[in-house]
Amino acid sequence: MKKVLALVLACVMVFALAACGGSGKSSADTVTIGVFEPASGDNGAGGKQETLGVQYANSVQPTVEIGGKTYNVVVKYVDNESSNDKAPSAAAELVNAGCSIVLGSYGSGVSIAGGPTFEAAGIPAVGITCTNPQVTEGNTYYFRICFLDPFQGTVLANYAFNELGVTKAYCLNKLGDDYSGGLVKYFIDAFEGLGGECVHEEFPDGNSDFTSYVANAKAADCGVFFSPVSTEAAQLIIDQVVAQGASFPLLAGDTWDSNVILQAAKGKDVQVTVTTFYPEGADANFDSSIKAWINGDSTNLANNGGDDTVAAVTAMGYDAYFFALAAMQKAGSTEPAKVMAALWDTEINGVTGPIALDKTNGDAIRNTAFVKQADTATGTWIALDPVTVG
Amino acid sequence: MSFLQNSLPYILAGISVGGQYALIAIGYTMVYGILRLINFAHGDVFMAAGMFMVFLSASLPLGVAVPLVLLLTVLLGFLIERAAYKPLRSAPRMSVMISAIGVSYLLQNCALYFTGGLAKVYPQLPWLSDTVTILGAVTKRVTLITPILTLVLVIGLSLFIRYTKVGMAMRAVSKDFETARLMGIKVNSVISTTFIIGSLLAAVGSLLYFTNYASVTPTSGGMPGLKCFVAAVFGGIGSIPGAVIGAFIIGICENIIKGLGWTTFSDAFTFALLIVILLVKPTGLFGEKATDKV
Repeated sequence: MKKVLALVLACVMVFALAACGGSGKSSADTVTIGVFEPASGDNGAGGKQETLGVQYANSVQPTVEIGGKTYNVVVKYVDNESSNDKAPSAAAELVNAGCSIVLGSYGSGVSIAGGPTFEAAGIPAVGITCTNPQVTEGNTYYFRICFLDPFQGTVLANYAFNELGVTKAYCLNKLGDDYSGGLVKYFIDAFEGLGGECVHEEFPDGNSDFTSYVANAKAADCGVFFSPVSTEAAQLIIDQVVAQGASFPLLAGDTWDSNVILQAAKGKDVQVTVTTFYPEGADANFDSSIKAWINGDSTNLANNGGDDTVAAVTAMGYDAYFFALAAMQKAGSTEPAKVMAALWDTEINGVTGPIALDKTNGDAIRNTAFVKQADTATGTWIALDPVTVG
Repeated sequence: MSFLQNSLPYILAGISVGGQYALIAIGYTMVYGILRLINFAHGDVFMAAGMFMVFLSASLPLGVAVPLVLLLTVLLGFLIERAAYKPLRSAPRMSVMISAIGVSYLLQNCALYFTGGLAKVYPQLPWLSDTVTILGAVTKRVTLITPILTLVLVIGLSLFIRYTKVGMAMRAVSKDFETARLMGIKVNSVISTTFIIGSLLAAVGSLLYFTNYASVTPTSGGMPGLKCFVAAVFGGIGSIPGAVIGAFIIGICENIIKGLGWTTFSDAFTFALLIVILLVKPTGLFGEKATDKV
C-alpha cells in the first residue's frame, strides 16, 4: 500500500512539472534572441544587470523589420549559474529554442565553456562584457562588443603606475577563473613592463575568508590592491580591507562597476577605482529613461541591486540588443548562418560609443576605457578622465 | 617583535575561524555519536541561520532579531530531524544519509529561491563589528570574542552532558541505542535535544562567522560545513573535545598556510589532512575511547 502511495505521489509531482513546461508557442512571425547570462552564483548580480539592459532594449523596441517583414522579437533567457559546468547545457537550451542569435555572457569563463555548443549549432553569439581574449579566439561563431583584457590590464597598470604612483602591486584572482585570472596576468605583464613589482596570489572557489590575503598585501608593503574578482568576493574584500585598516587603494576591472560595490564601500574609509565601458551621465536621455523603467517595476529594481544606478553592463546589454537587431536587418534573414555572415560588417552607434568589429576574431574595435572612483560618502561613482590607448 | 606583528593577523584569523568551525563541528559530532549519522544538512542549517538574520534584521531591531534567529534555527534543526530522519529510524543507515543529502540540497535551493541567487550582505552587529587594534594588528572585535565564547559554550555543554539527566540519557543512547530504549529512556526526545543543541551552536557560529565575513549566499554553508566535518573526523567523530581541537587546528593551519604564501593550497591542505588522518589513525585524535562518545 505504501509503495502504491509513493508511486502516486511521484507521478503527481512529475505531471505537475510537465504541466509547467508545456506552455504554448506563439505565432509564426517571431524571431528569437537568446540571452545567455548568469542569474545565480558568483556572477548572478552582474548577469542580472546585463540582462536588464537587454530587457529594457526589448521593451523600447519589441519588433524588428527584416527583409520587409515585421517580426516580434522573443527574448529567451537562460541561467548559466556562473558555472563552467552548467554553461554548455544552458547553451544547448538556447540552441533548442531556435535562437537566431545569442547575447552574453557576463563572465568570460562561462562564455568560453558555452562557445563550442553555439559553434556546433551554427548560431552566432555576441559577447557583451566578457573581456578574456579566449572567448573569440579560435571560435568564429563568437563575437563581442566590448574591449579586451590585454587592453584593460594595460590601462589599469598605467593608472596604478602613473596616476597612483605606486611601484608594488598586490594582485589577487580566483583560482581557475578565466576572467580574473586573465586580467591579472595582463595587468602583471603591463605593470612589470613599466618597471613595477607584483605580488600575485589566488584564492580557491568557495572561499570567504580574505583576512590572510589582505594581511599578506599589508605585510608585503604593496601600494595598491588589484583584485578584479566577482562582486560577491569583492564585498568581502572591501570589508576586510576596512577591518584591517589597510591604507592602499583598491583597483579592479569592469566587474566592480556595480552598485553592489558602492553599497559595500559606502561610509567606509576606502578608495575604490575601476575601469569600465560606460560612465553614468554620458548619455543623459538614456540614463533618465532607463532609470524610470527600472523604478517602475519592483522586480527590475531588485535585479538592479535595489537602486537605480545605471551599471555599465546594463548599457552594454542595451547596445548588444540593438547590435543584434542591426545584424539581422543587414542579413535580411533570421537564419543564424546569414546573421553570422552579416555580423562582421554590422556597425551601430550605441550609447557606449560606436561599435564595429575587427575582421580577425570579431572583437570590438575600442580603444577607450572609462575610469570611475567610488564616492564613499554618497555611494555614487565619480567619473575620472577616460583613458585611450593606441 | 616584527615577526610577531607580521604573523599575528594570521594567527588571530586562524583562532577566530577555528572557533567558528568548532561550533559547527560539535553539531556533526554529537549527531554522529548518537545516531551514527553524518548529518550533511548541518552546513546548510548554518547557512539558513545566516539567511534568517539577513531577512529578520531588515525589519526588526537587532535585540529581537538575534534571539529570533537562534529560535528559528533550533526549530529548523528540530523539524529536519522529525520530518526527514525520524521516519527512517529503522531503515538502513544509508537511507538516512541519502535523506540528509536531500535535505541539504533542499535548503540550498530554497535559499536560492528566496535570494534570487544573489549574495546578501550580512547586517553589522554593533560592538562585535567594531575594529580593534592588538599589538599593531587591526581586526574586528568578533575575532577576539569568538574563541572565548566557543570555550564557554563547550565547557557548558560538557557540564551539561556530564551532570544533567538529559546529558546522562545522551551518553546512554550513544553507548547503546537499543539497551537505552529498553531501560526506559525516551530515545526520540534525546535525539531531538541533540539536534536542538547542534542547531543552536550552529546559529551562534553563524552569527560570529558572518559578522566577520559579511556575505551570505545559498552555498555559504558548503565549504565551512565540509571543513567542520573534516574537523570532526580529525578529532575523532563522536568526541566533543576532539571536534573542538580539530576545528582549531584546521582553522589555524589554514591561515598560516595562506600567510606563508601558498594560498592556492589552503583548501587542499584541509582535505589532505583528512586523508592522512584516516590512513594513520582511522578513529581520529580522540576517537579511541569508546566510553567518550557524545
